[in-house]
This record gives sequence, C-alpha cells and structure tokens, in this order.
Amino acid sequence: MKWVRWAAIFFLLGVATACLLAGFIAPASYAHQFRDLPDAAPSSQHPLGTDDLGRDRFSRLLYGTRVSLLLAPAAALLSSLLAAVIGGAAGFAGGRLQVCVTAAIDLFLSLPWLFLLIAVRALMPLNVSPLASVAITFALLGCLGWAAAARVICADAAKLADSDAVLLARATGSGGFRLLWRHIVPNLKPVLSAQFWISVPVFILTEANLGVLGLGVAEPLPSWGSLLRELEGFSTLSAQPWQFAPLILLIVTVSCFHLAMQKREDWA
Amino acid sequence: MPIHELKFGLKFGKLAARVLVVLLLGGFLGATLARFAPGYGVDEEELDSRLSKESIQALRQANAGQDSLPVFYGRYLIRLLRGDLGDSRTLGEPVRQLLAERLPETLQTVGLGLALGWTLGLTLALAAVLSRALAVDLAASLLASLLLCIPAAVMALLFVIAQAPGRLVVGLIVFPKVFHYARNLLAESASLPHVLTARAKGAGGLRVLLRHILPVAAPQLLALAGVSVSMAFAAAIPVEAVCDLPGIGQLAWKAALGRDLSLLVNLTMIVTLVTALANSAAELAAQPYRGGSA
Repeated sequence: MKWVRWAAIFFLLGVATACLLAGFIAPASYAHQFRDLPDAAPSSQHPLGTDDLGRDRFSRLLYGTRVSLLLAPAAALLSSLLAAVIGGAAGFAGGRLQVCVTAAIDLFLSLPWLFLLIAVRALMPLNVSPLASVAITFALLGCLGWAAAARVICADAAKLADSDAVLLARATGSGGFRLLWRHIVPNLKPVLSAQFWISVPVFILTEANLGVLGLGVAEPLPSWGSLLRELEGFSTLSAQPWQFAPLILLIVTVSCFHLAMQKREDWA
Repeated sequence: MPIHELKFGLKFGKLAARVLVVLLLGGFLGATLARFAPGYGVDEEELDSRLSKESIQALRQANAGQDSLPVFYGRYLIRLLRGDLGDSRTLGEPVRQLLAERLPETLQTVGLGLALGWTLGLTLALAAVLSRALAVDLAASLLASLLLCIPAAVMALLFVIAQAPGRLVVGLIVFPKVFHYARNLLAESASLPHVLTARAKGAGGLRVLLRHILPVAAPQLLALAGVSVSMAFAAAIPVEAVCDLPGIGQLAWKAALGRDLSLLVNLTMIVTLVTALANSAAELAAQPYRGGSA
C-alpha cells in the first residue's frame, strides 16, 4: 500500500501548492462581490458558481483551504511544542515532577475541552479583525490540545532517561542540558513528529466544527468551517450540488493526512 | 475487613477525590480562561454606533468592576454549595432550571449515541477479527475512516438535509474511534499464545472470545468506554445546535454566542462531572480484570 501513501502525499502537496498560489489561480478576491450574479451556477468565469452575496466560490475555496491548511499545522506545531516542553521535561526529570505533570495531564484530559474552547472563543472581542480571529482560533486550538501528546512524550522521555545509552552518557560525564539536547531530544523526534501529524487533521476538523457553529474565523475571510456553513441553506442544495465542493475537499484532504501518516502513527 | 474490600475502598476513595479535584479545576479553568480572555467585559452594547467614547469607557469600567477571578470563583463555589447556580444573562432564567429542562435531552442523545457507536464499532471489530476476512476488515475500516474525516457539525447538517434523526450522529462520531481501537486491541489479544493454544486444542469461536480474548482486552475497552462519554458530549454541542435539539449542547452554543459566562462555566462543570464520573466508573469496573491479568 506504499503507492496509496505516496498518492496521498502528492495530493496534499498539490492542494498546498494550489492554495499557496491562490492569488494567481483564483478568478477574483475572496471578498469581491459580483452583485449582479448572486447564487450563480458554475460557469467558465466562476467554476463553482457564486454564493448568496455574489462572491466567487472557487476563489473562496482556494483562500479558505489556505487558511485551514496553513494554520492547522501551525496550531499543531504549537501544541506539539508545548507537549514536548512539558512532557519531555517531566519525563526527563522524573520523580515528583513527573508525578505532578502526569496528574495534571490526566486532569486536563478529563476536562471537556470543546466546551472550554467555545467558551473562550465566544469571549473574544466582538470587533476583532478577521485575521486576528484566525490567529486566535488556531492559537486556542494549539494551547488546549497539548495534553494527549504530552502524555505520550512524557512516557517516552522517561523510558529514554532510563535507557542504556543515556546511562552510558551519564557515566561518561554528560549531564543536564547536554544530555537532554544530544541524547533525549533527537530520540524523541519521531514521536514528536507523529504527534504533530496526528494533531493536524484533528485541528482541521475542530476548526470546521467551530466554523459551522459560527464560532470560527470571522467573515469575510473564508476557512473550511465558514465555507461549510453554506450547507445550512440545504433547501436549495438539490439544485446546487457544487456547494458540496468544500466538504468533498475537506474529506479527501483529511483522509490523505490519515493515509500519509499511517507509518508515523506506529511511532505514536 | 478482607484485603480486597479494603483495596477497593481505597481505590474508590482515591477516585472520588480525583473527581472532586477535576470538578473544582474544571470550573476554575473555565472561569480563568473566560476571565482572562481579551473580550471579557466587552458587551454587545459597545457596537452601538450612537454611543460616545466616554459611554463605551463607562460601560467597560462597569463590566470590569464586576468581579476579579478569585472573587467570581469564590462566590460561585459558595452559591454552588447552597445549590444556587445563578441566572443565565442571555436567557433570563435560573441556570438550575435550564439544566433540569435540558440535561435529560442531552443524556438521551448521548446515551443513544454511545449505544449505537459501541454496538456498531464492537460488532464490526469482532467480525473483522474473528472472521479474519479481508473484505470485512476493509469495508469496516473504510466506513470508519470516512466517518472519521467528517466534522460532527457537517454530519449533523447532512442528517438535517436527509431528514434523518439527528441523535444518530453522535453514534456515528463515536463509532470510528471505538472500531479502530477495539479492532487493534482484539487483534492483538487474539494473537496471544494462550489464545492460539486454546484454538489448537479445539475450543470453539465463542468460547475463545468470551474466555480468552475479551478478558484480556476488557480493561482497555472499559477505559475507552469512559473516554467515549467525553467524545459523545463533545459531539453533542454541534449536533444539538445544528439539529435544533434542546439539550445542554445547544445551550452551550447559545451561551457562547450570547457570551453568557455564568452559564458556560456551569455547563463546563456539569460536563466535567459527568465525564469524570464515567472515567472513574470505567476504572473501577476494570479493576477486577487488571487484578486477574496481573
């Protein structure tokens, strides 16, 4: 099944390239309104038609993909870094610190984090700019999603700290930061990388949920969540099946993330 | 008192203490995050273009002076001990009454979802592992993987479009996680040497499953059962909001849109309590199996 994995990676690269080049590929800006063409059907000018405000759906899909695909990895990076610092330090230090951090992680995992997330997201300033809303949404995802990864990293760091290689390094005079930097961190890289790639689709889906609920990225900036919100006009969908394009792209992209990281999941 | 009863009592006490700590921390964390969020104390009235800068400043001062975090949380805990959960700012009703009205609806949604998710997930996992047929495994894995890629809110929207009962969505959110985990776990248990020996000695499929595979997998499956309660409650927010089911998920969504801090903190506490209790119950239920395997 190696070819499936490579096909998934190529698809993800293709989507990433397309959304990075959105400025060149998109027929119009994501916010530009063609006021004489609201709810238009697909045409050569608007490949996916226009929405009820006359905005080109294809352009919004490209820019929305850019927002979701760039910021979900950024949030995953933030949560992986937090997990690495908290879990790695606790696992390496061991003793009471490890006990306390493990208890804190268990407690954090018991909390309904979607409730916390919508609570905090809802209390953002009302007049926040669309760009700030994107940054805040994904920063919150990153800050609240570290605990599961930290548990895995803490356990691995503790195992490494007791390994023969580290004991040998200690015996030969290595200690403190050098031991951590030269012997622990390089061996934690595969686990960290796996945790990062596992978090990306989770954050994409969470943002989509928040977007559909109206608690995600602020208009007019598109994201997959805000684009999927259009599906609420379901009574007109039978005549406009192209409205499903963001959903299909989301499903295929998230599936590709799962396929691409299958090997990495074994590390996690 | 027999030693095993004493051990069980100690374990029970420890878990009860943990539930209490989680509950207090859940409320505190919710209150802290909300209190220090940049928009705390900002009211919708500020968007009124007729208001002058001075009026907006006065509004902010009035809101900021409402309470500091320790005062807010301290007062909340004292009221909680008296059974008073405060009033919802947006809905103008006592939170206790709102919870009494809406919690049964969510418990029904979550209960049905868990029953559906577990029945589907465990049945397909058992079928895939016991039949050892590639077609069954592949079909079940593909279905689970597809469902794993659809956000709960979108699945709920699709159910609304198809005019299907929205409650089933929670089950379809829980199913893929249960299936993937249970299949891997059961496959691992089924390949253990004692299971192979039992099979070689001619033990039947059902006997092998009930006597040799499930007892080994039980502690982890029970732990997953505890975690799946949390998953189901998380899925209930978008499902109830989209499908217009009047439960606490919809209430949380309305409170979030209406920036109703008091209601949100209470809801977080309630869901924290339910998930902590579910996790502790799962841990207690797994105790005899752990003892047996050790």
